[in-house]
Amino acid sequence: MAGSSDLAASREETPFEHAIRLEHVEKFFGPIQALRDITLSIGKNEIVGLIGDNGAGKSTLIKVMTGVLAPSSGRIFVRDKEIDLADYSVRMAHDLSIETVYQDKSLADQQPLWRNFFVGRQITNRFGFIDVKREKEVAAEMLLTSIGFRGVGITVDSTVSQLSGGERQGIAIGRAMHYNADVIVLDEPTVALAVKEVRKVLDFIRRIKASGRACVYIEHNLAHVHEVADRLIVLDRGTVVAEIEPKDMTVADLTEYLIQLQQHTA
Amino acid sequence: MASSTPSIFRRIEALPIIIVFILLLALFMYLAPEVFLRPFIYTTFISTLPPLIFLALGLTFVIGAGEIDLCFPAIIAFSGFTFAILFKQYDLGWIAVIATLLAGSVIGFLNGVLVAKVGLPSFIATLATQFFWAGMATVLSGGKSYALRGVEKSSVYSVLVGTPFAKPGSYDWISQLSIQGLWTVLAVIFLWFILNRHRFGEHTLFIGDSNAVSRVVGIDVDWEKIKIFTLMGLLSALAALFLTLENKNFFGNQGEGYLLTAIASVLIGGTSIFGGRATIIGTVFGCFIIGMIEAGLVATGLTGAWVRTIEGIVFLVSIIFYFLIDEPQRRAAFFARIGMVRGFGRKRTAG
Repeated sequence: MAGSSDLAASREETPFEHAIRLEHVEKFFGPIQALRDITLSIGKNEIVGLIGDNGAGKSTLIKVMTGVLAPSSGRIFVRDKEIDLADYSVRMAHDLSIETVYQDKSLADQQPLWRNFFVGRQITNRFGFIDVKREKEVAAEMLLTSIGFRGVGITVDSTVSQLSGGERQGIAIGRAMHYNADVIVLDEPTVALAVKEVRKVLDFIRRIKASGRACVYIEHNLAHVHEVADRLIVLDRGTVVAEIEPKDMTVADLTEYLIQLQQHTA
Repeated sequence: MASSTPSIFRRIEALPIIIVFILLLALFMYLAPEVFLRPFIYTTFISTLPPLIFLALGLTFVIGAGEIDLCFPAIIAFSGFTFAILFKQYDLGWIAVIATLLAGSVIGFLNGVLVAKVGLPSFIATLATQFFWAGMATVLSGGKSYALRGVEKSSVYSVLVGTPFAKPGSYDWISQLSIQGLWTVLAVIFLWFILNRHRFGEHTLFIGDSNAVSRVVGIDVDWEKIKIFTLMGLLSALAALFLTLENKNFFGNQGEGYLLTAIASVLIGGTSIFGGRATIIGTVFGCFIIGMIEAGLVATGLTGAWVRTIEGIVFLVSIIFYFLIDEPQRRAAFFARIGMVRGFGRKRTAG
C-alpha cells in the first residue's frame, strides 16, 4: 500500500491534459488483427463512450488500456507519461489509478463483499496477513458513503451472490471510486439489468464525472451512452472510424449512422 | 434479499460436520463402549491420523482453488523412497528429511507448471504425473520395501513421531501420546490462518470462484496455482515422512489407500468441489470421521469390508446436506419435487 500512496502523492502535483492517450496501437491474436492503428485520447474529466458492433474490438481495446493484454505495437501514455509496455499489468494500472468494471467479472460471487473490495491490494502486515478488522471497517464505510446502501440487509459479510445486478455494478464502481481512480473503465455495465437498475448505474456514471474523474464507457445500448457521454468514439473492425459529440446528433441519427456504416463496409 | 443475521451454520465454521462427528462418536461409544470409552483408541488416532490430515489440508487448498490433485499418493511413494534410501543407505539423518520435503515440493511445483503454464486440466495432468512418479519410485526402489530398523534411536524419529511422555515399563495412555499430534495441530492452526487471514488463502478462494475475476482484480493466477500445487507436494512429503517413520518401513504403495479417503475427508468437511469455498476446520473433522469409521466399525464387530460401504453413505449424505444448505434455490426445488410445497406452487394431494 505504501508504494501506491507515494504514487498518488506525486500524481497530484503534476497537472496533465489526457488521462490516457493511445498512439498507433495494434493488437494481433496470431494472424488475426484485432486492433489497427488506434490513436485516441481520454480527457481528464471526460466521459467517453466506446461504441461499435460485436467484434469491433471494443473489449480488446479496453483490455489493452487496462493492462490485461499487452499490445503488439504502439505507445500508451497515462497522464501524458509514456508507459513501458513490457511492465504494464493490471496491478500497474491500479497503481496508475486506472480501474476497470466488467459487466460480469469484477466480483467473485461466493466471497464476502469486504474481501471483494480489497482483493489484489489487501491491507496486510509485512508477512502478508490481512488486517480483517480494518478492511471490514473501510468496506462498511464505503458501502454507506460512496455507494449508498442503507438498511437493505446488505452488510460487508454478505456474499456477492446475494446482490442484484445493479447493486453489483454499484459495488464495483464504488470500489473503483474508493481507490481514487483517475480513469474508470466500464465494460457494458447495464447488460441484463432491469430498467430501474440501469438508472442506478447511469447515476453512478454521472457521479464519476461530478467527482472530477474520467470514464471510458463501452455500451451496446445507444440511448444509455448518448445520455451520459461527452464524446463518442466509434470502432469498426478494430479501427476508429468516427468521433461524435452527442449534442450534435440525436439517438435516432446516431442509430441511423451506425447502420449506414455497417452497410457501407459490408 | 438475505436477512442481515446469517444463520448459525454460517457463523460457526463447519458446524454441521462437527455435529455429525459428535453424533457418530456418541453412537460408537454406545455400540462399542469398551473401545470408545477408553483412551487408547484416541492415542492411536494421534499417531495414525496425521498423514491423512496433512494430505487433506493440502487438498483443501487445491480443491478450494477449483482444481484437483490425484498425484499425491505417488508423491508419498517417491518422497518416502527418497527418505528411506537417504536415511538408511546413506545415513544422512536430517539431510534426508530436507531432501524428502524438497522432492515432494519439486513434484508439486511441476504439477503446478503443467496446470498453470501448460494449461492442462488438473485432473488429467495429475493423473499422468501420478503414474509417472509412482513408476519412478518402483523403478528406483526395485519394488523393494525398506525396513528402517533401529530408526527409533535417531533424533529424526524422536522429534517427528516420538513419544515424549514414555517411561520404561509404563503402558498407560499418557506414555503413548505421540508428538505427531503436536505437529499436526500446529500445521492445522498455521494453515487455517493462511487460508482465512493471508493474502495467499484469499487468492486461492478467488481463483476457485472465478479465474476470470481473479485475473482482472490483479491476482497472478498462474503463479498462485503453482504455489498451491507446491504446497500440496510439500504436505504430501510430510505425510510420507510421518507414515514411513511411524511404520518404521517404506513400501512403494503405502500412499495408495489415501487417494479417495483424503479427497472424501475434504468434501465431507464442507469444501466445495467447484472451488471458492474451503474450510480447514471442516477438513480436520472430515478426517476424524473417516478415521473413526474405520476404527469404529471394526470395534463394533462389523467386518472391515463394511468400512468402505459406510464411508460411502456418510460421504453421500454429507454432500447432499451441503448442497441443500448452501444453495437455497436447490433446496426449494428439492422440497418441491418431493411434494413439500409451502405457499405458492401446486400442492400435490396424496394418492
